[in-house]
Amino acid sequence: MAEHTVKAYDDELTALAGRIAEMGGLAESTVNDAVAALMTQDLELARRTIEQDGRLDELLQEIEMRIIELIARRQPMGKDLREVVSAGRIANDLERVGDLAKNVAKRVIAIDSGLTSKKLAIGVEHITELALNQMKRVLDAYTRQDAKAAAEVRENDAEVDAIYTSLFRELLTYMMEDPRNITQCAHLLFCAKNIERIGDHATNIAENVYYMVTGERLEEERPKVDETGVVSN
Amino acid sequence: MFDTPHSAIDERLSDTKIAAKKVQVFYGDTHAIKDVDINIQPRSVTAFIGPSGCGKSTFLRCLNRMNDTIDICRVEGEITIDGEDIYDPKVDPVQLRAKVGMVFQKPNPFPKSIYDNIAYGPRIHGLAKNKAELDEIVSSSLQKAGLWNEAKDRLDEPGTGLSGGQQQRLCIARAIAVNPEVILMDEPCSALDPIATAKVEELIDELRTNYTIVIVTHSMQQAARVSQRTAFFHLGILVEEGLTQDIFTNPQDKRTQDYITGRFG
Repeated sequence: MAEHTVKAYDDELTALAGRIAEMGGLAESTVNDAVAALMTQDLELARRTIEQDGRLDELLQEIEMRIIELIARRQPMGKDLREVVSAGRIANDLERVGDLAKNVAKRVIAIDSGLTSKKLAIGVEHITELALNQMKRVLDAYTRQDAKAAAEVRENDAEVDAIYTSLFRELLTYMMEDPRNITQCAHLLFCAKNIERIGDHATNIAENVYYMVTGERLEEERPKVDETGVVSN
Repeated sequence: MFDTPHSAIDERLSDTKIAAKKVQVFYGDTHAIKDVDINIQPRSVTAFIGPSGCGKSTFLRCLNRMNDTIDICRVEGEITIDGEDIYDPKVDPVQLRAKVGMVFQKPNPFPKSIYDNIAYGPRIHGLAKNKAELDEIVSSSLQKAGLWNEAKDRLDEPGTGLSGGQQQRLCIARAIAVNPEVILMDEPCSALDPIATAKVEELIDELRTNYTIVIVTHSMQQAARVSQRTAFFHLGILVEEGLTQDIFTNPQDKRTQDYITGRFG
């Protein structure tokens, strides 16, 4: 798009998008670190991951201030307005992703006796790969302003949900096999749920990117399947 | 405007008060307005926006034949109000301008008393049979224009003694006094401070229940605040016209997008 007559306005929008990209990268690495800490039982890494989440909270606050100031100063219209409003929503989602990763990291510390078998956690590692891939693709779609790619990310969330459902069953099986597995499997189940929620946030971001680029809402409601038999929101 | 659902607005705006078809305006050899087609809905506010020289004021002035007063100006095409061609030779422009009132950029009260400013139109159009009726028109017009409380004790004082914002509302009251159906406003707030602007905008919002209002404005925020529909003009062409909320959040034409986001002009 052409430049604004007022150059500083362009700079402010570019800086805002840059902050979102930074927050996105940080959210991705927080998730990555949290699950790496889980797989390797690295308590030190888990603690650092918890601290890292604080940086995401700071970034969210900074982005919110930028947005408020930008609205007050420029009264954005059209695509600019959509961009600014979407940036705020996306930043919120990324901050939540950080919270969920932090919760995974806390559970690494809570499973103090360590995992009796790495096999139990492999499913969590798998769902994390999928969710992180969703995150990466949606952040790329944001940077490239690619509505089509954003719509695809939303479609693909069904895959994350399906993996979560099968992981739920798998962990139940381990718990039934040996009651000594129950504590760690319960923690792993929460970890899996957190990761599944991260996928949902990637979907939210995808919907915002689509709206930002096109001015239209992604229409039909996605079928929401939860076959675990427990209520998911 | 943003709190009204599309469907409700569409329903309310389904009929047409003013219809323009293939309107061209020439100033001598200059082709100032090109092929403008637009339907303006009754009892609503339509905003004309666009950069200076885009033709929005010129087109506004076609709607009550204000351009007739300019010798070198020539209007072609068809403009109807309630289905009647306003450029028909049988139409008396003076009568037309009572039906289609106008408020200008700079408040222009007559150098007369507040009372006479309002009473002037009803007198020449013979709208009052006696003094009591004329008094009634003056007070109701001032009330509709939200100026009654400020002016009721000083009706004999000159209109030019009012503040800028009050003068502008006096001009609106003066337009209302002759029972118009349409009120055209050419940048009515550009000479006013933000408080006086807010009062005029509040007034516009009240008036739209009874009148068809067309407003030319350079302030996109004002267009977004007061209008239900917005038309964007550029280089004499009507580029895009639609629901105000759509024009300002998701315009379809790149030129509209560039203009409302401050990318040219």
